[in-house]
Amino acid sequence: MKRARAEVLNTRRFGAYHALTLVAPEVAERVRPGQFVSIAMPRGRTFLLRRQFSIHQASRRGGWAGTLEFVFDPRGPGTGWLAELKPHQFLDVIGPLGKAFAYPAKLSTCLLVSEDHGAAPIYFLAQELRARGKRVDMLLGAETQERVFKPIEGKRLSQTIVITTGDGSLGERGDVLDALPQIVESTGTQVIYAAARRSTLRRLAEFCFERGIPSQVAVEEEMACGIGLCFTCTVPVIRKDGSGYDHLRACVDGPVFNPARILWDRWMGEQPAMVPTPPEGFPAVRAWPG
Amino acid sequence: MSDPRRGDGGGRTKPTSAVDLRGLRFAHPVLAASGCLATGHDVPGIVDLHRLGAVVTRSLTFAPSKGWATPRAAETPAGLLSATGPQNPGVEAFLTEDLPRFTKVGVPVIGSVAGSSLDEYVRVASRLHREPGVVALEVYLSCPDDERDGEPVYARPERILEVVGAVARLSQVPVFAKLPPLLPDLVEIARSCVRAGAFGITAVDAVPGLAVDADRLRTRTAVPIGGLSGPAIKPIALAAVYQVARALPEVPIMGVGGIASADDAVEFLLAGAWAVQLGTALLTDPSAHVEIGRGILEYLRSKGLSSPADLRGRLRVRERVEGVP
Repeated sequence: MKRARAEVLNTRRFGAYHALTLVAPEVAERVRPGQFVSIAMPRGRTFLLRRQFSIHQASRRGGWAGTLEFVFDPRGPGTGWLAELKPHQFLDVIGPLGKAFAYPAKLSTCLLVSEDHGAAPIYFLAQELRARGKRVDMLLGAETQERVFKPIEGKRLSQTIVITTGDGSLGERGDVLDALPQIVESTGTQVIYAAARRSTLRRLAEFCFERGIPSQVAVEEEMACGIGLCFTCTVPVIRKDGSGYDHLRACVDGPVFNPARILWDRWMGEQPAMVPTPPEGFPAVRAWPG
Repeated sequence: MSDPRRGDGGGRTKPTSAVDLRGLRFAHPVLAASGCLATGHDVPGIVDLHRLGAVVTRSLTFAPSKGWATPRAAETPAGLLSATGPQNPGVEAFLTEDLPRFTKVGVPVIGSVAGSSLDEYVRVASRLHREPGVVALEVYLSCPDDERDGEPVYARPERILEVVGAVARLSQVPVFAKLPPLLPDLVEIARSCVRAGAFGITAVDAVPGLAVDADRLRTRTAVPIGGLSGPAIKPIALAAVYQVARALPEVPIMGVGGIASADDAVEFLLAGAWAVQLGTALLTDPSAHVEIGRGILEYLRSKGLSSPADLRGRLRVRERVEGVP
């Protein structure tokens, strides 16, 4: 983990989202898909806490060498401030943080599932998997067309892709997991990776468990520090020997977990039954609290 | 920083950063508050431990504790509301796995003692106080007390004294009582703690707070009432330090609550703190203590003072009103 004063190189919009490209060679050369960076907020504002963002791109070679890019939904005070940044301003960045997705050694047909800008770290993973000769298929979901993150990039990176929107404005109308059994069947999926809403991850976990498909999911949990100090971002994870569970910190022991070991009932226990939960916003490590 | 022209001898002396709390010496006046450097496990390399006067551990219970459900934190205006519960590896695991990480780099450790019963406080303290590297204990008083239907230990003054007294009687190292700010008579309780054997006072613990998500009709932390920290509570903490210091000028006080800059730290020292602890500031800036330590020295230099202790009691008050603290 390194701490750097990183220059903003570029700021772009993708539909509902913003992307920032930073010059941070010491972070960019180490980062792997699923890992995240922690960004300090400006002093003298009422929002104090650092924000955490999954990495979308890290360039080690070529004209963009030493840069990294992350994607966010500028709906909160912190992400709103980030969206207003101009090139050549500087950010206090700590990274890379967290455990990355593991690549399969032998298995070769991978299905990547993402919702909203959970697609950002998933595309990074897709590139790395393809570079290792793996087959990549995708399920990509969002509520509306403008919340589907870079669909053309998704098509480019995958052999087959099913895009789903809640209102049918792009691809099929419905839920990201609607096509799951069919795509697993037709492509012979051997491994599943996902970055999506908690409720989606849970349904996916049940599917993988029933079919015996190994999987890894990037979770989002509210982080106050992002570097393992505060114990706010814990996830109940069953011990390997099955002797119980521990509250593991998503920032240090995650954000990538084996969904079969997450104690979903306990983790989702605080979800209220009385009102539908609106989309919580992504990426896997959410820009929290906004 | 302050205008150096107002100093009475700017730059004449080279100030020291060392502080002496009646024999308990720290190389730096800035400490890490309980809960903000975990228990020592996984403290990232970017935190320069050498520049901390000491580290107060995450509060330790006797058995390992899982803590509460998530979400455990909410950002509030200029504050952090956290409700993590007592998650910690338990005192035994702390001593074997985590403490060596601190002692290896040579940073003094203050063990934060928690418990759900008087007996647990005593057992935790008796495991900690003789360990090399543990220079003091700090008694955390906001635990739910199983012997009193889960009401916090601090809810009754006599229970505070019972717990603090029991720990102080057995401990061979100095014991600090960490006082919550919302006590009916903070000064009187501080005085009683000292009478019961406390060496010093840490003021203040986090302030009880609630954050609501109206959109989803629910509280923003899984356990509704959390502890509010950060700049939002600084004036509350300053008032507590000032009151206790005025009543008990000989008792070492560690000031904590919302310190985010060197100016904040200096304010606490002026109000009567002997040393200060950083909490939330370390979570947002893991080198905050380095910058704050440097800023304190700059301030001392600009005022022609030679040590942080020279600031204590220097706060000028225009008028004191009888009956108003």
